[in-house]
Order: sequence, then C-alpha cells, then structure tokens
Amino acid sequence: MKIRPINHKKPSKIRELTYELKVEQVMCDDVITLSPDDTMNDVLRILRDNKIRGILVLDKDRLVGVVSIEDLISCLVDKGKLNEKIENRMTKDIVTVYSDESIVQVVNKFEDNGYGRFPVIDRDTKKLVGILTKGDIIDGLLEKLEIEYRQEEIHRYRASHIFEDVISDNSTLIMQYHIKGGDFKKAGEQTSKLRKNLLRLGIMPETIRRVAIASFEAEMNTVIYTPEGELIAKIQPDKITINTIDSGPGIPNIKQAMRQGYSTAPDWVRELGFGAGMGLPNIKNCSDEMKIKSKVGKGTDLQFIIYRRENET
Amino acid sequence: MKLSRIIQILDAKILCNVQGRLDSDIPMICGSDLMSDVLAFIKSGALLLTGLTTIQVVYTAENAGVNVVCFVRGKKPSKETVDLANEKKITLLTTNMSMFESCGKLYNNGLIGGSDYEN
Repeated sequence: MKIRPINHKKPSKIRELTYELKVEQVMCDDVITLSPDDTMNDVLRILRDNKIRGILVLDKDRLVGVVSIEDLISCLVDKGKLNEKIENRMTKDIVTVYSDESIVQVVNKFEDNGYGRFPVIDRDTKKLVGILTKGDIIDGLLEKLEIEYRQEEIHRYRASHIFEDVISDNSTLIMQYHIKGGDFKKAGEQTSKLRKNLLRLGIMPETIRRVAIASFEAEMNTVIYTPEGELIAKIQPDKITINTIDSGPGIPNIKQAMRQGYSTAPDWVRELGFGAGMGLPNIKNCSDEMKIKSKVGKGTDLQFIIYRRENET
Repeated sequence: MKLSRIIQILDAKILCNVQGRLDSDIPMICGSDLMSDVLAFIKSGALLLTGLTTIQVVYTAENAGVNVVCFVRGKKPSKETVDLANEKKITLLTTNMSMFESCGKLYNNGLIGGSDYEN
C-alpha cells in the first residue's frame, strides 16, 4: 500500500480533508504494547491474535521502540530464536507524530521514513495516546467523506424538492432573520445564513449572487443606521422577494439617498468599507424591482425582487 | 495565473485555507477598500486585494463569489476574521507590499482588472 504525496493531482476534496482531519480523529487509541524484556515469541502471538502488523514497546511509561512484522521475519530469516528479547530486534529510532497534527503532515512522514506506523504523542503531556497506520488514515478519510456527502445530500435533496413536494397552486417559503443595529461583530451573518439556504434550495449561483449582494447591503444599512430590523425573504418558484423592515430614523429624501456617492454615514462606518453612498444603488442594480417606503421617525421598509429567470428545476 | 505564482509575486504569507487552491486559476484582480465597490464590480473568481481586515471583508468575499483575499501593507486580521474565513472556506493571504505596489506588480505580470475581463 502506498500513499501518494499530497502535492500530486488528486481530487481536491480529499486534499482538503487531509488538511482538516487531525491525527486524533483517525488514530487507534486502543494500543497494544509490550516491554523490551518480552520475547519475539510474544510478538508473533500478539500479531497473529490481533491481526496487526506492529507493536509499540514501552519501558514502564516510556516509549522505547517499535517492533513490526518485518522485524519478526528478519529474526526468522537470521535463524534467530523466537525467545530472543524484543530489545535486540526492535526499531529504536522512533518517529512519532502529535495527536493535533493534520493528516497532510503525517502522510508526508510516511513517505519520508518508509515506516508503516507511528506512535501518537500528546503535545502537552508528551504521553503516548495512540497509534496511527496508513489504514487508519484511509478509513478516516472515507468515513469523513461519506458523512459529509450524506449530510449535504440529505439537506440538499430535502430542500430542493420542497416546491415539488408541497402541492398547491402557489407555494411560498418565508424565512425571517432578525438584525441587531450597531452589532458589527455580526453584521453580514444573516445574509450568510440566507445564502446557505438558497444554495440548498438548488437556486442557480448567479441568482444567489444577486440576492446575496443586495441582501448584504440591506443588512449593512440596517446595522449601520437603525436600532434593529427584520430581514424577510420570500421564496417562490418564479421569484425571490426580500424586505428589510427597520424601526430606524427613516430616510428624509429617498431620491437623494438613491444617488450614487450620496451618503450620510459617519467616518467609523466608512472605515468598515461601507457608507460611501453605494448601498442602495447596488441593491437596485442587483434586483429587478425595488421599492422604498420610509417615514421619518418611524422606519423604513425596503423591498427588492429578483426573478428566477433560469430554468432552475 | 495560478494562485501559487501570485503568492510568489506578492511575496505573500498564507494565513489560512490555501489547501486545494494553489493550482487554481485566478483570472483577474480587484483592489479596493470600499466593500460596496467590491460588491458592485468584482467578478466571481477574482482575487481581492484590500487594506481592510474586518469580518465584513469575508462576508463580502462570500457573497461576491471571491475565494481568495490578500491583505496589503502586512496587515493581519483578527481571530474572528480568520475563524469566519475558515468557516466560509475563504483563503486569506497577507503581503508587506502596499496596495499600489501589489497592483502594479500583478498588472506587470499580465494580470488584469475586472473591466478588461470578458466572461
């Protein structure tokens, strides 16, 4: 079995996973160990009984070597005796890995050293916590791939069939998100959630892009200028309608607010990369229809509609 | 141009999420500190050069279909920004060059901006 170095062209999903997965997620933590004073006979017995190919050798708590099926074979080839102590046959030059290393680092270690297994050490306590073989890595990757694939497939399948599964003359899916004014640590989060749902609904990327950009600008406006508001997205088979309804100060002159470059934003908003009088014009450009209703002292209701022109089903 | 070559030209440091992207093709560059401009004009697949390091840069990238963001003048984003980039799978880089130098070097090496780019 040979694991290719990561820089070879491989499906990028697997490459990504080798960066994401940590040693501790795939290693075997039920480690069988022997002591240096045990014999090669013990090695033979344990390898056979457990169907494994290598055993770690511990002197009390300290890792002192690795003995593998190759060592057993060379012992037999040398006409060595099976009652020989492990100490004389084991590999003492041990290469270990840390439990928090990512798989990609370890795969390269397998290549560089030619070893079949690595003892896994906890970085803080320096104690042995497991053993890692190439087989563990492959099992771990396959498992993770399957879980991710299945989860996303289920979400996507359920969501993208919603309009076919619900029988009516006209179905509308409404999603509502609360926007808190002044909370810049979260500004953009609600659009991000909406965008994820649109992906799951199987809506075309270009439509999602238009909705996401307009909705993000509207969300930023609500965060910047108002105490709070609601973002309401209405998804229908032929169009997506979004309203942001806030309890803010209202817009005194909508015509002026629509002009590119016109802004009442204070400097701290500009420092965030917004407030240059591009928000409303951006929303207008991304959408097919846009309406603003605003009352000074009451709040603003901004609505924009994006038609789903493409054949998305 | 491959992302790995761009990193070389900008002498950029990788902050996160470069996996599986080094060989990907970056057709054009957008340089701006104004996120509304980025949202209005950037094309999907572009690389964004910016001096801003707020989390809104990551949301802007996500919404505009931008996978790679490079901060100029050696700026390092906060942990919140990096965490969000990890969640959204956005690659973050940082270069010590200024915005002007970064744009100039990349343009000289044949990269173009959004207005020269036809889909």
